[in-house]
Amino acid sequence: MSARQAILGRIRDAIGDAATPEARATAAARRVEAHPRGTIPKQARHNRPVVLFAKKAAKAEATVRRVKSYEEVAEAVHRFMREHELPLNLRHGDDERLANIVWPDDMTTSRGPSDGSDLTTVSHAEGAVAESGTLIMGSGPDNPTTLNFLAENHIVVLRGRDVQGSYEDIWTTMRRRLGKGAMPRTVNMITGPSRSADIEQKLILGAHGPLRLHIIVVED
Amino acid sequence: MTADRETREQVQVGLFVTCLVDLFRPTVGFASVKLLEDAGCQVHVPKAQTCCGQPAWNSGDRKSTKGIAERVIAAFEPFDYVVAPSGSCAGMLSHHYRELFDRDEQWRERANRFADKVHELTSFLTDVLGVEAVAAKVRGTATYHDSCAGLRELGVREQPRKLLAGVKGLKLKEMKDAHVCCGFGGTFAVKYSDISNAIVTEKADNIDNAKARMLLAGDLGCLMNMAGKLKRDGSAVEVRHVAEVLAGMVDQPPIGGE
Amino acid sequence: MEIKSPQFKSRASAALENEQLQSALTHVRSNFIDKRAKAARELPEFEALRDAARDIKNHTLEHLDAYLEIFEAKVTEGGGHVHWAQTATDARGIVLDICRRRNVKTVTKGKSMIAEEIGLNEFLEANEITPVETDLGEYIIQLRREPPSHIIAPAVHLTMEQVRDGFREAHTHLPDSRPMDEPENLLREARGVLREKFLGADMGITGANFLVAETGTSIIVTNEGNGDLTQLLPRVHVVIASIEKVLPTLEDMSQIVRVLARSATGQEMSVYTTLSTGPKRPGDPDGPEEFHVILLDNGRSSMLGSEFRDVLRCIRCGACMNHCPVYHAVGGHAYGWVYPGPVGAVLTPSLIGVDQAGHLPNASTFCGRCEAVCPVRIPLPKMMRHWREREFERQLSPAGQRRNLKLWAWFARRPFIYRLATGVASRALAMWGGRRRRIGWLPMADGWTAHRDLPAPQGGTFIARYHRQRRRRRS
Repeated sequence: MSARQAILGRIRDAIGDAATPEARATAAARRVEAHPRGTIPKQARHNRPVVLFAKKAAKAEATVRRVKSYEEVAEAVHRFMREHELPLNLRHGDDERLANIVWPDDMTTSRGPSDGSDLTTVSHAEGAVAESGTLIMGSGPDNPTTLNFLAENHIVVLRGRDVQGSYEDIWTTMRRRLGKGAMPRTVNMITGPSRSADIEQKLILGAHGPLRLHIIVVED
Repeated sequence: MTADRETREQVQVGLFVTCLVDLFRPTVGFASVKLLEDAGCQVHVPKAQTCCGQPAWNSGDRKSTKGIAERVIAAFEPFDYVVAPSGSCAGMLSHHYRELFDRDEQWRERANRFADKVHELTSFLTDVLGVEAVAAKVRGTATYHDSCAGLRELGVREQPRKLLAGVKGLKLKEMKDAHVCCGFGGTFAVKYSDISNAIVTEKADNIDNAKARMLLAGDLGCLMNMAGKLKRDGSAVEVRHVAEVLAGMVDQPPIGGE
Repeated sequence: MEIKSPQFKSRASAALENEQLQSALTHVRSNFIDKRAKAARELPEFEALRDAARDIKNHTLEHLDAYLEIFEAKVTEGGGHVHWAQTATDARGIVLDICRRRNVKTVTKGKSMIAEEIGLNEFLEANEITPVETDLGEYIIQLRREPPSHIIAPAVHLTMEQVRDGFREAHTHLPDSRPMDEPENLLREARGVLREKFLGADMGITGANFLVAETGTSIIVTNEGNGDLTQLLPRVHVVIASIEKVLPTLEDMSQIVRVLARSATGQEMSVYTTLSTGPKRPGDPDGPEEFHVILLDNGRSSMLGSEFRDVLRCIRCGACMNHCPVYHAVGGHAYGWVYPGPVGAVLTPSLIGVDQAGHLPNASTFCGRCEAVCPVRIPLPKMMRHWREREFERQLSPAGQRRNLKLWAWFARRPFIYRLATGVASRALAMWGGRRRRIGWLPMADGWTAHRDLPAPQGGTFIARYHRQRRRRRS
């Protein structure tokens, strides 16, 4: 008997014969198909999700800047980098919303995944969840996951209209876009910059991931 | 006869006095009787009661527990309510008896009916009888420790505080972490006495820091543990069961005190 | 991992004497508790979400075979591999096979209790593969060759000085004069050292907080970002997860995520919740070439059919130990195996045998605070009591204790004799207490009197006195 058969057999014995394995399989398939929502906190139904998102992201130690259009993104990035006295080099992926940005002359930009040598990276978010200030980052040819983790400074561009109330709202959108049961290879739900409290319970920002998370919300 | 009619109309309460009160501190029993009678109940103290069976239950001895529980249930069946001056024992009677008999066709019904009418003393007075204030007068300051089973199994928290607030001359001072275990845990205190000691040491510090004259709680086990520690360390805090203060019966020396 | 649970008592006593440990434990006593309480207070739906989390877990456990099969099919469809392991040995063997096939020399690891449970690090080392823990806490204790003492804060038993000494010894390539006085210095140092390890590793091994059947997704929740780099950078990503980690859908996961971080650290959401669905896809600029999930049973299927089923709901948040007075007093190492605290007291006997771990379910005051804060409402005290029942049935509890209990129960079932005995006892103890009204030492109760006095009885039992009074009043 294979390990698979043995384990499934023991599970079936343990569950007992309240329902047949076939009936259970049908019930399970039905739940997956219906993916019912449970309790959605009232705060997720905020009438201005962007406002709540910005508040919650700030609570999680991210910084948030709201701009009117993609034309203003370059200036916002520039300002953040100057504020923190960062060298004006950044790396981003091939996402076309970033590809069309015209960067100031004093900045050098490069494209592609990070090999760990970048100090500042820029990514575009797939969406965001207002109730907890969480960014949703989907991987793909144009959006390398390494950009989310390896630099000390991570700047994320987010479209205001992609901010939704709850996690459940995000999954609904994702199913509509990719089809049922399909997912990007990696989805990073990011709530603030990286941190650790492993030494005497003292919370310190900037563990293995970014020390700073700066979010630029484009409300076009 | 008038007396007979009164008896018939009165709420019939069986007092489950608990084995510790019976053996160590009868004053708590008398205080409970007074509080219940003042609230208009007819109180009965069945002689057939011994213990709720918790030591056996928590030691994994289901069979002995059942043997004891069946006698408790039988002894208290005639009354409208069963009241205990202990959250721990009331929790045993009202929660754990259900589990104890849940696969026992013969006893399940009886056990559940019994469990339905069990209450801890202070919550019975306030929640069931609607007592707003007691008549007692006790001068001084007191801090109240929430015993675990009463607090978490039965939701006893505001009830004793509400009644204490009505005691004339008494001022309640909350201690830090009043809701944290005192380290008693029945046989735990003896089997793991080092750990129990560490827990009660912290509790004793919090009690002392509250700077109250009296320590009150609703469970004699916890009180004996805390009093034992406080007295060993030479603390002057007077330890009493909450019922003693509510009944104004503070003429007896405090628990473990001269 | 070596089992030291039978020595619980002596390890607990040693822990109580250990000043450094006691100083480190003060952080657990307040920090976690206050933060959880605040997070729970701030979300009006928190209690409803706990119910939802419990119900989702129960539903999944009742359909576990079905969801595991759906999960497996989805992983395979996405180009990943699912392996089934009945025991710790099987799981280790599967890891080693993959390592050999892909010529793996270095493995980075995300924090995983399952990897601890199967003793993976020692096994890899014995097979000349270098495992590198990347969670800061896990890295600190790996340097000290210690097991974790807490399931979400593995190094919570250590002070900063101890961490510094460990780094000084291990990082000999760094200058002696470097600043090491602040936790920040130590974190930066670990970040630098581990960054090299991340970039050089051949395989990344993580656990899983959840597996989602709907999508064939494995999910880890971290604050540091270490687990994310572990599964992102190496050529091969291996997930080791016990079978009860599966959930039906993304919606179900979302319900549970809302109570996980709040219960664990008091955050609304941990910093990184990373959903991995299969290996690198065509056109992906990064990601692992291979994606494996090892589904480990190791005793879970038999727990499923027992009175311990509810503990399979556990989402490893650590709230039970954070609120446990016994854990606060002795810390995690006293428990002597992988899982400490109340959940450890239930899980450990299931996984290593109650004959080895018998102390754990007994070393509880049953204060019930663990159950009161458990996000999936596991009745932990009740399950500990079930273990006590098994011990009693199998006569594993000490003979003296059993004898005393039986004797006491014999009396308790005979009210008349009981009252004679208690009447005598109350008067004898009252006399023993004398005018001080307390007893400093009592034979057979020295566990009690070693640390505290025994308040003496007032003299005469209540029942005898009450009925005597009534008789007197009537006559």
